Amino acid sequence: MTRLEARGIRLEIGGKPLCTGLDLALNAGETWAILGANGSGKTTLLHVLSGLRMPSEGRVYLDGSDIRLLHPRAVALRRGVLLQESEPGLAAEVMQTVLTGRHPHLTPWGWEGPEDYRMASMALAAMDLEEFAGRALPTLSGGERRRVEIAALIAQDAPICLLDEPTNHLDLHHQIKVLALIAARSRLPGHLNVMVLHDINLALRFCTHGLLLLANGDHRQGRLDAILDAQVLERVYHCPFREMGAAGDRIFLPV
Amino acid sequence: MRRPGVTPFLVALAPASLLFAISTGSVHVGWAGLWHALSSKAPTLDATIVWKLRLPRAAAAFAVGALLSLSGALLQVLLRNPLADPYVLGISGGAAVAALGSMLLGLGSAWLGVNAFIGSLVSMAVVFGLSHMRGPWTQTRLLLTGVVVAAGWGAALTFLLAISPGSDVQGMLFWLIGDLSYASHTGWAYAALFTGLLLSLPLARDLNLYTRGELVATALGARVGLIRTAVYVLASLMTASAVMEAGAVGFVGLIIPHLLRLLGDSDYRRLIPDSALLGGSFLVICDTLARSVMAPLQLPVGVITALLGVPVFLVLLARARFP
Repeated sequence: MTRLEARGIRLEIGGKPLCTGLDLALNAGETWAILGANGSGKTTLLHVLSGLRMPSEGRVYLDGSDIRLLHPRAVALRRGVLLQESEPGLAAEVMQTVLTGRHPHLTPWGWEGPEDYRMASMALAAMDLEEFAGRALPTLSGGERRRVEIAALIAQDAPICLLDEPTNHLDLHHQIKVLALIAARSRLPGHLNVMVLHDINLALRFCTHGLLLLANGDHRQGRLDAILDAQVLERVYHCPFREMGAAGDRIFLPV
Repeated sequence: MRRPGVTPFLVALAPASLLFAISTGSVHVGWAGLWHALSSKAPTLDATIVWKLRLPRAAAAFAVGALLSLSGALLQVLLRNPLADPYVLGISGGAAVAALGSMLLGLGSAWLGVNAFIGSLVSMAVVFGLSHMRGPWTQTRLLLTGVVVAAGWGAALTFLLAISPGSDVQGMLFWLIGDLSYASHTGWAYAALFTGLLLSLPLARDLNLYTRGELVATALGARVGLIRTAVYVLASLMTASAVMEAGAVGFVGLIIPHLLRLLGDSDYRRLIPDSALLGGSFLVICDTLARSVMAPLQLPVGVITALLGVPVFLVLLARARFP
């Protein structure tokens, strides 16, 4: 079942074309990795797919409707976004920040109820942050703040999650934990994920599909294990790669 | 799981501050006299003092304090800058140039307020227009435009002070520091306050999202463009109404929202009403002190807001776990 669809997307920043003629159909059950060099348009594309930004050309459809024409709250109930970096804001408590994820579920005048607190507490627990609920955000480390952002996304409980470098600032244990948790969500009915990643090996381990952004607006897409090889990675990252391991357990190392 | 927070205390503080204001002054009105004046309409001297002098002034002080503090709370989230206050975007500068100009031309005090209001609106339109003219809107751009426009008004003010006759200068300084002696648009101030409260409360939860950044707020379904414009226009109109009533009373709009944050109010659904209550009560108390501590000499209220507010705020800030 196709939930999120992009047709004829062309991206351009400051007159520089990033990708052209991109068609994507994202189906329930899939976890997509967007891979590309710095400045290849990964974040811009993720924002376009989220409906946060207009592409230079083309449209994005959420369950068959143009995402820009849907009510923002209806969109927020179906898709959640984790941004690459959080902006420093006015000081707030961890619990309060995670509860902002419940915003789309509340009526305009409603306050968070027991169910919202339960979802937020579960999300905090999943991110090993139970002890931090009452702490102020500025007192947390960069990785802990990143986990708070992810907990807010989990509390939002949207079936479609778009994540921009979710492993940023995270230690190795939490990188695996977060990716495993996100990937497991795609097995729930109607769920799917899209994430921008820089680690090809983590992508191979946790993602089913991939979109590779090459230079001059070219791109490759498909099942990740089928499209990845040393040659195409060299075209993506402009450096040679060595492939190790056997099918099902492959690793790519830049040399 | 709503925590009661400081709201019940503030709800009690507001009438207490008004009671303090009407029972304090150069003429002693005892509790019995006060009760008599409030309960009967008999035109005694006490009744005249309470009804004609002290109550209108306390009411004006409450409205001005509430307006400034609420508009400070809104601008801090709009600019996502804890240093923002109602005057940071140059609104008081435009008002001050218009007000001092009216004084210099010898226009009456009724014109003073109206001109100050018009001056605020001109400044607001200039800043909003310039910061939206071309290219994307950013908080930094709005803030810089406001700060530079304010600097321009500052130069014009200095010029006006320099060419004004010495006899006018004291009145001008009082206006610039903030003074409630000539408050005469209280009805308008309350209309602005209730409009501000009514229109900002439905946006409160969206403002909570806004503190996490515009893009996060958009992703969670907030209508960011609408909020931005609404908050800017509301905060500006409320500031203009306060300035029209009492001149550029400083400090309230910056400190009161932060004081509440230090006391644990970071949810805008609470911060909006609490700011209005605490800002109002605070200015009533300050104004009562301003007209009584050195009686019969009356001080401009802006002096007291800073003298009283600075130590309280610094102590709380030093003891705070954050920000």
